Amino acid sequence: METEKAEGLGRYLVVFTGALLFWLLLTGSLDSQELLAGLLASAVVAVMAAPRMGILSGIRWSPVLPLQVARYLGVFFLALLRSNFDMARRVLSPALPIRPALVEVKTSLQSDLGRLLLANSITLTPGTLTVDVEGERLLVHWIDASPGTDLESATRAIVSQFETHLREFLE
Amino acid sequence: MRLVGDLFLLLGSAFLFLGALGLVRMPDVFNRIQAGAKAATLGVLGVLVGIAFLQPGWWPKLLAIGLFILFTNPVGSSTLARAIRIAGVRPWQKPAEESRALEEKS
Repeated sequence: METEKAEGLGRYLVVFTGALLFWLLLTGSLDSQELLAGLLASAVVAVMAAPRMGILSGIRWSPVLPLQVARYLGVFFLALLRSNFDMARRVLSPALPIRPALVEVKTSLQSDLGRLLLANSITLTPGTLTVDVEGERLLVHWIDASPGTDLESATRAIVSQFETHLREFLE
Repeated sequence: MRLVGDLFLLLGSAFLFLGALGLVRMPDVFNRIQAGAKAATLGVLGVLVGIAFLQPGWWPKLLAIGLFILFTNPVGSSTLARAIRIAGVRPWQKPAEESRALEEKS
């Protein structure tokens, strides 16, 4: 019961903070009247939307959550950079070195949010594009699949680098 | 400030250009989405960072745009790919091209 309650509260907090941050970004001012209106609007949004944000239930609340999220973002941006240089190399090379194939990978993440973030991360990382998600299986288009790649090796190559970081704060 | 901003703009545009080139060069729709999704994300982010350096007052709105791009771009790409696969398009395979190249040689 206790954890359920804390979880519900965290959900309100996340929606409220997110809405408020978005308000601040859009108005771009810390004027007290603007701020008051933003606080009110965010509160209304949180009360209305939080009970329906079931997607947030996958988050494991802990004091170090921001730290874990930051580390995941770091890994993610590095991967995004690498993926762009990788793609640039393929596009610019006259031989067009690609061996595309659809491969299946498996994730141990249980929550919808975890799978969503994982799928998005895969799409933006070197040579992979999430095509479909069915339960714990993700269908991935891999631009450089070695012949005879099976589920295990593909999972190791594509999924594990993000999964370890995501699993720290998601179910 | 000016120089750093211009540099980011140039880098962003370069990646966007590479993405466009990828769209032309890639053999099938899945590979095109791959080239487009990655290059567009980083390219647009680069351009946004560049603008933030040139017009420091705009950064909150630029950040909002950047976050929006970061979340919607991969989702859109995946959704397109999924729809295309369900519509029956299968990914292009290398061996077909290799055998064709062999035929042209002989």
